[in-house]
Amino acid sequence: MMITGDQPASAVSVEARDLVKRFGEFTAVDGVSFSAARGEILGFLGPNGAGKSTIIRILCGLLRPTSGKATVAGFDVAAKPEIVRQHIGYMSQKFSLYNDLQVIENLRFFAGLYSVPRNLVDSRIRAALAMAGLAGHERDLTRTLAGGWKQRLALGCAVLHRPAILFLDEPTSGVDPISRRLFWDLIHDMAASGVTVFVSTHYMDEAEYCNRLALINRGRIVASGAPTELKRHLSKGALLLAKCEPLGPALELLRYHPDVLEAAVFGNALHLTVRDAGAAIAALPQFLAEHSIRCTGLREISPTLEDVFVELTGGRVRDAEVRPE
Amino acid sequence: MATAEPTAAAVQAYGLTKRFPGVTAVDQLSFTVQPGEIFGLVGPDGAGKTATMRMLAGVMSPDAGSATVAGFDVVRDPEAVKNHISYMPQRFGLYEDLTVDENIRFYADLFGLNRRERERHATRLLEAAGMAEFRGRLAGKLSGGMKQKLGLTCALIHRPRVLLLDEPTTGVDPVSRREFWQILYSLLRENVTIVISTAYLDEAERCSRLALLFKGRIMLCDTPEKLKQRMPGKVLVVNSPKAREIRDRLANAAGVSSLVLVGDGVHLVVDDAERRLPELRRSLATASIPFDAITPSEPTIEDLFVAYVQGQR
Repeated sequence: MMITGDQPASAVSVEARDLVKRFGEFTAVDGVSFSAARGEILGFLGPNGAGKSTIIRILCGLLRPTSGKATVAGFDVAAKPEIVRQHIGYMSQKFSLYNDLQVIENLRFFAGLYSVPRNLVDSRIRAALAMAGLAGHERDLTRTLAGGWKQRLALGCAVLHRPAILFLDEPTSGVDPISRRLFWDLIHDMAASGVTVFVSTHYMDEAEYCNRLALINRGRIVASGAPTELKRHLSKGALLLAKCEPLGPALELLRYHPDVLEAAVFGNALHLTVRDAGAAIAALPQFLAEHSIRCTGLREISPTLEDVFVELTGGRVRDAEVRPE
Repeated sequence: MATAEPTAAAVQAYGLTKRFPGVTAVDQLSFTVQPGEIFGLVGPDGAGKTATMRMLAGVMSPDAGSATVAGFDVVRDPEAVKNHISYMPQRFGLYEDLTVDENIRFYADLFGLNRRERERHATRLLEAAGMAEFRGRLAGKLSGGMKQKLGLTCALIHRPRVLLLDEPTTGVDPVSRREFWQILYSLLRENVTIVISTAYLDEAERCSRLALLFKGRIMLCDTPEKLKQRMPGKVLVVNSPKAREIRDRLANAAGVSSLVLVGDGVHLVVDDAERRLPELRRSLATASIPFDAITPSEPTIEDLFVAYVQGQR
């Protein structure tokens, strides 16, 4: 099932330049620039309080930036917030639906809210039901739907007015992996039809589904690129998985080894950040043996997005959620 | 308090079952957790994690089956269980208008600790949590990650033998989540047994052993490493800017059992990597679909979950 977005004039559908948002003394967004092309899935990855929601609120025309400029579908968000809102859809797993309404009632409600032209309402609702796999379940109470279905219904509601830009806020957290994959297939189909998708999340497994990611911390973009690009290397070295017996003493020893920048327990093994994988793999087993520690496995592994994220933020996230509204 | 009959296992569940109207939330769960393990109950929302935790904590009685925790029977002697374990529910009762220190004092009093014990444990735990400098801050002013760490500190103040954590890292940022796990690992040195539930399948890899839950049942239970060895087939990653074209081309190719579109390529599962790799390369070349590389990849717990759930259908 394809849902086609309105056609913005240019290939760039969202552009932000030097966005700054201050709340009193607090700088929530600190000079952020980015652009998204039509049909792109762009992820904002960052901890709570990093500035993700503030950026999205600015793009939705709900908050005026302190300085800087953003355009959505060619319209300045600060000057024309009402027009911008006609071109966007918003979905968050948690807040979108009325649980006490039937499936069909939720769809009618959102069709009204988004001012879908009356002659189009029925066909749009049918399309949304088909997309969500809910045809035949129109009269079910929303509360009784399984997580994956509810989430596809929320998506169906969010696109009834055929927005050119779709904002998703942690859309698939806690949903089973199969439903999650189905959901992202729908999102990829929408993107292919020209809808630009923004995803805001701090779950690495959602981030994997984005074409491009912007890692956000303390109001700034600290890195951006395709997921694979970001994972290709840690800037300060390589990641090793070490299986040692006993684990605790191995950790204490390796922490102070000159080749090891960082050592941490991971499950039944250790994760070591080293400057040079080859040198460390050659040297460490001998070193451990000298201290009566058996090393049963030592190999390089590819960093996860989380590893990259933690490295780029230097482990420093805001220590308190400051959310002046 | 009843006499303890400590069994060797820290936690043992036999046929644990809980029914709610219209749904069997927990369906005959049996598992054993050894002292000093971090045991994960891993599965999506609705898999039965919270109900299982509540039964182990002695705050919900099972409809069938039984369990012992720290040697005490959760049905016959729930009060004894509560004295020897610590249970941190999803919404841990922190007092937002009390400071970090005052919250700790509250829980220490609840468990009858004297002032010296309290100070000693609190200092050590807060240092491990990186929170030593925030003792005077109101709990309500802490970030989500710090609240969870304070909850953990309060839950540990009486040095329980078994720690039950229900989705402690939900909504917690990745940096705090890492710190949280490092605290858990540091507890293993004291031989504390930890049962932790999570909906994040990537966290499964951090457990020493885990049960993969789906619809109230255990699908698989083992160490992360051994679980991955049970993955039917091999995972291949194709990186390409034309991911959708690759999906359409390869979804029904011979030997491909599942395929998922990600942001910059596809992940697929094949029966035999050596045989299929050249076939898949040829197929893409024939269709002139550009790709950077096809590389074998270690299966994730998510790959395994999907393979097993689809296998059940």
